[in-house]
Amino acid sequence: MELKDKLISSFMAFEEKLDLNSDVHNIRSKSFNYFEKNGFPTKKDEAWKYTSLEKLLKNDYRIFPKKVISIELRDVKKYFLYDLDTYKIVFIDGIYSPFLSDTTHDGLDVCLLSAALSKPKYKKVIKKYFNKIALKNDSLTSLNTSFTKEGAYIFIPKTVVSEKPIQIIHFSTGKQGKMLLQPRNLIVVEENAQVQIIERHQSLKSFQILTNSVTEIFSNKASHVDYYKIQNDYEDSSIIDNTYISQDKDSNVKVHTFSLGGKLIRNNLNFFQNGENIESTMKGITIIGDRQHVDHYTLVHHSKPNCNSFQEYKGIFSDRSVGVFNGKILVDKIAQKTNAFQQNNNILIDDNATINTKPQLEIFADDVKCSHGCTIGQLDNSALFYLRSRGIPKKEAKALLTYAFANNVLESVQIPELKNRINSLIAKKIGVNLGHDL
Amino acid sequence: MAYTEEELKKELETKEYEYGFYTDIESDTIPVGLNEDVVRKISKLKGEPKWMTDWRISAFKFWTQMKEPDWSNVKYKKPDFQDISYYSAPKSKKKYDSLDDVDPELIKTFNKLGISLEEQKKLTGVAVDVVMDSVSVATTFRETLSKKGIIFCSISEAIKEYPDLVRKYLGTVVPFKDNYYAALNSAVFSDGSFCYIPKGVRCPMELSTYFRINQAGTGQFERTLVIADESSYVSYLEGCTAPSRDENQLHAAVVELVALDNAEIKYSTVQNWYPGNKHGKGGVYNFVTKRGICHKNSKISWTQVETGSAVTWKYPSCILKGDNSIGEFYSIAVTNNFQQADTGTKMIHLGKNTRSTIISKGISAGKSQNSYRGLVKIEPRAKNARNFSQCDSLLMGNLCGAHTFPYIEARNNSAQIEHEATTSKIGEDQIFYCNQRGIDTEKAIALIVNGFSKEVLNKLPMEFAVEAQKLLEISLEGSVG
Repeated sequence: MELKDKLISSFMAFEEKLDLNSDVHNIRSKSFNYFEKNGFPTKKDEAWKYTSLEKLLKNDYRIFPKKVISIELRDVKKYFLYDLDTYKIVFIDGIYSPFLSDTTHDGLDVCLLSAALSKPKYKKVIKKYFNKIALKNDSLTSLNTSFTKEGAYIFIPKTVVSEKPIQIIHFSTGKQGKMLLQPRNLIVVEENAQVQIIERHQSLKSFQILTNSVTEIFSNKASHVDYYKIQNDYEDSSIIDNTYISQDKDSNVKVHTFSLGGKLIRNNLNFFQNGENIESTMKGITIIGDRQHVDHYTLVHHSKPNCNSFQEYKGIFSDRSVGVFNGKILVDKIAQKTNAFQQNNNILIDDNATINTKPQLEIFADDVKCSHGCTIGQLDNSALFYLRSRGIPKKEAKALLTYAFANNVLESVQIPELKNRINSLIAKKIGVNLGHDL
Repeated sequence: MAYTEEELKKELETKEYEYGFYTDIESDTIPVGLNEDVVRKISKLKGEPKWMTDWRISAFKFWTQMKEPDWSNVKYKKPDFQDISYYSAPKSKKKYDSLDDVDPELIKTFNKLGISLEEQKKLTGVAVDVVMDSVSVATTFRETLSKKGIIFCSISEAIKEYPDLVRKYLGTVVPFKDNYYAALNSAVFSDGSFCYIPKGVRCPMELSTYFRINQAGTGQFERTLVIADESSYVSYLEGCTAPSRDENQLHAAVVELVALDNAEIKYSTVQNWYPGNKHGKGGVYNFVTKRGICHKNSKISWTQVETGSAVTWKYPSCILKGDNSIGEFYSIAVTNNFQQADTGTKMIHLGKNTRSTIISKGISAGKSQNSYRGLVKIEPRAKNARNFSQCDSLLMGNLCGAHTFPYIEARNNSAQIEHEATTSKIGEDQIFYCNQRGIDTEKAIALIVNGFSKEVLNKLPMEFAVEAQKLLEISLEGSVG
């Protein structure tokens, strides 16, 4: 059975268990109609020109987990930031694991979307925010919306500064065969509030898993959101990450994406600016090899004056890996004094690696400063020579230079423990022996 | 007697046949509409050999299977292909007795461009003094060229006189299957230019500068083929800075360049067709396919200044097939009022050590939309390929838009690619600085725009550069508010 047909029948089965009269269900069925009509994107869609889902969709995925599987903390401890006190929301094969999690309702809500959708006290928030910025005309997002069931729900009320970072971790065990996971996260940060979030998808062994995740982040007036995505999974795991961020006046949102492993990674990152004096930052490091494929698709929509956006993506590609970067900056007529910057630097290590990049600017306002830069190249030979002439072997010299190339993206990481962790992940990936934690 | 719909239909059908089959060859016109017979007829009227007719027919057949593309960033009313007359002898322009009868606006523009009085007369169709006739000048140049073995003639002449050359190269760079408009052009092209530079010859003059008057009016489906044989050089100029009041709405030309080993082709275009009026009515659609192929150590350089047309949609491209070949693209696209331009280039690197440079300057004013769309593709075999691209946009006023869509595809680790794009406006401080020194705002803008586009203007042949510079000023006139 084709995956699409399977999804159609699964949706019917899914519907039977739900309250059909709720508002949320209306949204679900509308989205499903869209998906049913349009199906999965193909290479003919301009947005998917360089990334093909065809092979992935041939797998026979399990849509709903069969049973609850528990895992021991000691087996997965290394995937947590354990040297740091954090709130945790942990899912195993798409099902919430209370044992591994550490949620709260004390001053702020760090809990489950399923709870937020069903309990009356959250009704107002859900009504105001749920599915408000996720694109209605995107079939993968619609698919996720129609199967909305579980995910993280984070609500930071006015002027609250979350003292602990929040970790959202999705484990997949591989004990139930090939899986299609569709987590849905809703994050609302009210006026002057601040939060740091770390999201990670991790398989516990190599098996075919496809995650189609949607996250909506609402950053209200003067709030700060710091979001980190760690993508360092087994070589058979694939993820399509759709993140939508709406920003109000004076807010500041930073998203860092570390794509270090996986079969196919597609990051759709969308920023919508709805007020003045907004700062949006997107940074990413991609280091892949084998036949891995990473695709960053970013959109920044500047619709109000005096806003800034900053994008910096670095990629290092070896073996037969494929990197794609598609960055779009849209500046409306009214968005004068916009300052938009976009930078994409790539290094191709091996002959068979491929880069496709398409930085786009669409500008309708005249008093703006917009620039994009894009480079594809190799390590600087003279720098390499310099290191070698000082007795550093070629292999190490190369590794050092590669490490230095990627490193400056890390500078803006605000959590020192996380920075260390990523640093050593990168060093390991490249093969540099730092000899110490930075 | 009642006149039924059936009868009307029948009559209409026969009517078409009437014109389709019985038109006198001498009258040189073909009824409006497009079908296989029209294509055959065009071929017959031009006295073409069978292979050419067959080629046209297969292009036409392929065209009928194709869909009109709509991916570009321009909006326009789709042309009705059955409402176009596909062949008519060069339009006999209105003859005036003296320049005084000509539209004074046009004369004003000519004077600003610095076009000589004689040329002005020619361009507007005023009868020209026999002594000053530039045709005689043209003939002398033709002699000089033929002494060197250079062939420069219309493509229909070439099809008859040099069929081997034409047959060998026509459609090799832009096959008729390439795109919708290329297929249409291949089926119905009426005329165009053909140029062949033999081995080791350096063409002594800028081709077509002196012929520009003669070349005018070659029709809406122009076909150009330039072949530079081994180690030769040619600089080819197309178009005209003078505004042309062409009534044809759709222009779908095809230009093919072939640079054999060690050859160099420089192709410059200045396009200033009718852009429509201030309210965006009328104007020419310019949908052109231009492409060149570079063999070993050869070089193709495209320079274009696009100021006219309501809708411009074209990408002069280079296929860098041979090792060490070089492709260059220098472009200025100016849009004002309701004009739209979606232009750029494609650099396809196939050979080793190939290099390409892209400099694109877009200036948008009024309510216009200006897009750069480009592709840089490095294939796995293209070791040490190098590309540098720069696209800058200048916005004037907040009703226009500037867009960039660069596609970069690298499949090889020795490639070095750089791409830069900026968007800016003319700074108030820059204008203030000029004002302070007694330069009025309009002049100041012209000065800044010229500085902005200098890198491209420098690439134009001397006499063209001066005119192009003035053309920029004129195109942007009144855009400062």
